[in-house]
Amino acid sequence: MSGDRLSARFAACAAQGRAALVTFVTAGDPDLATSAGILAALPGAGADIIELGMPFTDPMADGPAIQRGNLRSLGGGTTLRALLAMVAEFRQTDDSTPIVLMGYFNPILAFGPERFAEAARAAGIDGCIVVDLPPEEAGELVPALSAHGLHLVRLATPTTDAARLPAVLSGASGFLYYVAVAGITGANSAATADIAAAVARLKAATSLPIAVGFGVRTPEQAAAIAAHADAVVVGSALVDAIGAAAEDRANDIPARVAAQVAALAQAVRTARKELVQ
Amino acid sequence: MNADVGSLRAGPDANGHFGQFGGRYVAETLMPLILELEQAYIAAKADPSFQAELDDLLKHYVGRPSPLYFAPRLTEELGGAKIYLKRDELNHTGAHKINNCIGQILLARRMGKTRIIAETGAGQHGVATATVAARFGLPCTIYMGARDIERQAPNVFRMKLLGAEVKAVESGSRTLKDAMNEALRDWVTNVHDTFYIIGTAAGPHPYPELVRDLQTVIGREARAQILEYEGRLPDLLVASIGGGSNAIGLFHPFLDDKDVRIVGIEASGKGLNTDEHAASLAGGRAGVLHGNKTMLLQDEDGQITEAHSISAGLDYPGIGPEHAWLHAIGRVEYQSATDSEALDGFQLLCRTEGIIPALEPSHAIAAVARIAPTMGKDQIIIANLCGRGDKDIFTVAAALGVTM
Repeated sequence: MSGDRLSARFAACAAQGRAALVTFVTAGDPDLATSAGILAALPGAGADIIELGMPFTDPMADGPAIQRGNLRSLGGGTTLRALLAMVAEFRQTDDSTPIVLMGYFNPILAFGPERFAEAARAAGIDGCIVVDLPPEEAGELVPALSAHGLHLVRLATPTTDAARLPAVLSGASGFLYYVAVAGITGANSAATADIAAAVARLKAATSLPIAVGFGVRTPEQAAAIAAHADAVVVGSALVDAIGAAAEDRANDIPARVAAQVAALAQAVRTARKELVQ
Repeated sequence: MNADVGSLRAGPDANGHFGQFGGRYVAETLMPLILELEQAYIAAKADPSFQAELDDLLKHYVGRPSPLYFAPRLTEELGGAKIYLKRDELNHTGAHKINNCIGQILLARRMGKTRIIAETGAGQHGVATATVAARFGLPCTIYMGARDIERQAPNVFRMKLLGAEVKAVESGSRTLKDAMNEALRDWVTNVHDTFYIIGTAAGPHPYPELVRDLQTVIGREARAQILEYEGRLPDLLVASIGGGSNAIGLFHPFLDDKDVRIVGIEASGKGLNTDEHAASLAGGRAGVLHGNKTMLLQDEDGQITEAHSISAGLDYPGIGPEHAWLHAIGRVEYQSATDSEALDGFQLLCRTEGIIPALEPSHAIAAVARIAPTMGKDQIIIANLCGRGDKDIFTVAAALGVTM
């Protein structure tokens, strides 16, 4: 797809011989104005790809950190329409950082899949991860996303065996998201050796870039994964920090998130060099 | 399914859909297990030893068949159709929930799972799950909304006596839907050794079919019993609906009997014209939650709204997908009863028949009280008495202004 921000960004990182850093924050957390500030600060801090959570009342694949982020956001009045307006505003100053929405199917269904895809594309969204929409049920969303040039990013997990993998890869685009632990976001961390083996197994089956997330909290953990994967996703650690700062009524939340992201970016950018030494 | 082509009993299709409803809307981590469960269930159905073990436990442990009881004083008081009550409140543990739990734990054993989890609202499903887990010696964790724990203390203690760990769920509205979220989070984390015994005919395929099949023992018995007593089928079936497992269990064997009118009763809480009810068919829209597409209480942005009912077991913003489909095609008629109508139904049954019903079937009794007088004395109603009311006496006392 021409003008595809995701492929361009993965290609650019690969050319630099490093993995991409994907940062997850929930849109509208803790409120829309602060969230817009966080979004604007992410690329400069070193986020290569932004994963933006669409808040939902019942995020059943998420741990306590992101559950609370969802509730803060909804409490602040975030709607899908407001989320897309925030992204459109971001696109006024940044037309190259890919933004992938992550969330649950019901808010998309309520918006209307066709209307959603059209509005998301117009706002500058590049793709979607829909946690509770496995390939078997994706028929209701895929045509609309395809028609508007949006990627549907699929998830592979430790339970995705050889029999299941073809179903996951069928129609996958943008990148493949490897969920490193069987579980919810922000819980346990997987062993690096297991992740390396899983990434190798997935790379044998697809040419899509492999992003690894779930249980990645620290620069050290990010660096260990960046040595093997095409991208590393950090989410709950950032959302936890946003929650703690919001509780303190801090007025410099975007700067705090940026500092945390900068440390992660530094680790990701040097991971393979240190590995060589 | 063995039903004929064109039968209303043939669903779901191969992907678990009842019309546009049902399906498998789960995280990818769970998909292989969901598919494995489906295969295990298909294999169990084809294995005579599975059915034989289930039948033996239903007879000797649960106490089936449950009586189909002609209620003479209720019939006389209402002055219309003859009213029969399907006495599933007489089952071991006091509700219909155990019919399902016995079957699911046998499946869990066949699949080699060593740990049981479940969600519960009123606590009836939690008690039934804790009961079968004790019977089969498996560790068991029950997720229950913190608000439900407050209003269902006797059942919480029962579960603990039975050896279950009861985990209070503090997220969201702190009721049944949040308990289900938390059980799903546990399951996705412990998928290798854990079996999730879902308590109602909802969730990802194959659960709606599995739970329905296990609960149709209610309707199969009732059909044979009424044919024996009256020599004909009833004119009307009535059951209350939260997720809808007792209702689908009674209704399903009669779906192809076109002359049998079937009415499901949702909980309309403080009224359908308020935002405090649990009637997802009357007041909801199609959406996706907890693994299935069904009718849901939600706002215009697709955020799930809180349900309300005086009955913790009906306090859920969704409904099983087969009911959503039966509603869409018009085979089953869905009405509702308010908290106050259910309280009237509760007292009516206590007073006329010496039976203290749970608040859930009290909604069905309220509907019977409304409909029976409009029917002829030669007509027949079967209402499902799916649970006994001991657990609810504190709630009822509070609602009636009585201090205990």
